[in-house]
Amino acid sequence: MRDAFVDAIYDLADSNPLVMLITADLGYGIFNKFREDFPKQFLNVGVAEQNMTGIATGMAMEGHVVFTYSIANFATIRCLEQIRNDAAYHAVNVNVVSSGGGFTYGSLGMSHHATEDLAIMRALPGVITLVPSGDWETALSVQSLATEPGVGYLRLEKESAPDCLRQGEVFCIGKARVLKEGGDLTLIATGGVVKEALRASEILEKSSYNCRVISMHSIKPIDRQIILDAASETGHIITVEEHSIIGGLGGAVAEVIAESGHSGISFERMGLPDTYSSIVGQQSYLRQKYNLDAAAISQKARQMLTD
Amino acid sequence: MSKQDQAAEDLVDTRQLANRIRKHAVTMTHLGMSSHVGSVLSIADILAVLYGRVMRYDNQNPDWENRDRFILSKGHAGAGVYAVLAECGFFSLETLETHYADGSNLSGHISHKDVPGVELSTGSLGHGLPVAAGMALAAKKQGRNHRVICLMSDGECDEGSNWEAILFIPHHQLDNLLVVVDYNKLQSIESVANTLELEPFIDKWRAFNWNVQEINGHNHLELEKALNSRVQGPLCVIAHTTKGKGVSFMENSVLWHYRSPQGDEYARAMHELESGPDA
Repeated sequence: MRDAFVDAIYDLADSNPLVMLITADLGYGIFNKFREDFPKQFLNVGVAEQNMTGIATGMAMEGHVVFTYSIANFATIRCLEQIRNDAAYHAVNVNVVSSGGGFTYGSLGMSHHATEDLAIMRALPGVITLVPSGDWETALSVQSLATEPGVGYLRLEKESAPDCLRQGEVFCIGKARVLKEGGDLTLIATGGVVKEALRASEILEKSSYNCRVISMHSIKPIDRQIILDAASETGHIITVEEHSIIGGLGGAVAEVIAESGHSGISFERMGLPDTYSSIVGQQSYLRQKYNLDAAAISQKARQMLTD
Repeated sequence: MSKQDQAAEDLVDTRQLANRIRKHAVTMTHLGMSSHVGSVLSIADILAVLYGRVMRYDNQNPDWENRDRFILSKGHAGAGVYAVLAECGFFSLETLETHYADGSNLSGHISHKDVPGVELSTGSLGHGLPVAAGMALAAKKQGRNHRVICLMSDGECDEGSNWEAILFIPHHQLDNLLVVVDYNKLQSIESVANTLELEPFIDKWRAFNWNVQEINGHNHLELEKALNSRVQGPLCVIAHTTKGKGVSFMENSVLWHYRSPQGDEYARAMHELESGPDA
């Protein structure tokens, strides 16, 4: 997924000389080609995220299309007030990219776990919040954010889920994607963990349960219609995110369902409980530990369907 | 008339402008029952010289692309910028009377929303300089020759975000960026010295590779010379000022960081400003 981002931002810079990629001293090696071919469009500000975001705002005010880049929480909550007061309040085209969503940097410890970013970023007025699950969604997210006015947040991981691309499919901010049809239950997932949701649906298929799997790549604006359709057509919804269960995908979907007037919907949020993870381990290990792998998801779904 | 006398004569205008900014500020904080009059009085001369003698702008076209960009990073002194913008024809003087009122565009901390001439809303300290750096870098990349001017407070230099930018700006040789520090030596509770000492202040900027000029921030000749000077690399003008300058009982008094002039205080302040040499 990160490579898809690097390719997409390269193409974007090639097509628009006003595109700027600013990093706070992270991304060793991955931007070499970008830097070589577009030296005037690359800036490493040093380990200084507040300054990076202020600079991005100033440049965007002068017409640049800016992407700021760092990992985990450094691009977001380290400089949250600069994102809020400077970039978002002035509605400039600054796009915050965090490569390291969820447990991407699992073994590095809690400082490098981005597990509240979606709740925090989507709370900021005007901030488009995108969480691609695969390479195709990543590339299209970059293109879309560049042309969309205002501030965007793009949460990346290293590994991608399968694209599950249909012929002629169009990417649209605010429109989620049905990756797999099904009428018994809907798994709504966001980011790389979509892969686990797809696997869970395969496990459930063996018991003749047909699960719908949705990639909710756009947390804000959220696709209300796809949620409401899932509610009325499947009656069972489980959200899956590598993020706290508070305020992220699960929270956003719950808001839509609660306000819709639908009754009798079975609904569960799967994600990190209200805690900081101090368990050491890679992303796959932590998914298993926090019940976010295919086995745990399929088990939760089975429970819901048999209750 | 000698050249020096002519220059002094021309500056009468900016002294009168500074006096009008002060009267507006006292009236606005009186009507709005709002804070920070001392912080505005501290920078009235800096604003008057910037808008009267230094900056290029078009009051009929506030977004003119070749304008010099001015950022008030000490956003709590927004009343001063509103006043100078109104005096310079960006909007009506009557608008100033709405400052702080319900439904007004003129919030206590400076706002760009529907206020012609304001580049950046601030209020949380330590935000202006990084944005100014981005604007200055963009101007360089786009080959444009306007200046970016950032007015900061001394207390604001406690904020670490500024020092990130203070490192960045000389590294990128942003000689189109001018910083003015309003060094009145009072913060919101007590003196800078008793809060978090900045001295040796000039040495700090120099150690970060800045050109520094130290001036009396109420002397218009010194202000004009420093603010118009162009040097190699970025320039920081440390303007020694007096918080509350121009109203005797507000000068050097931390009380007037928050207190709004009411009743007799308002009358006395206006009387001093209306009977002074620049009235």
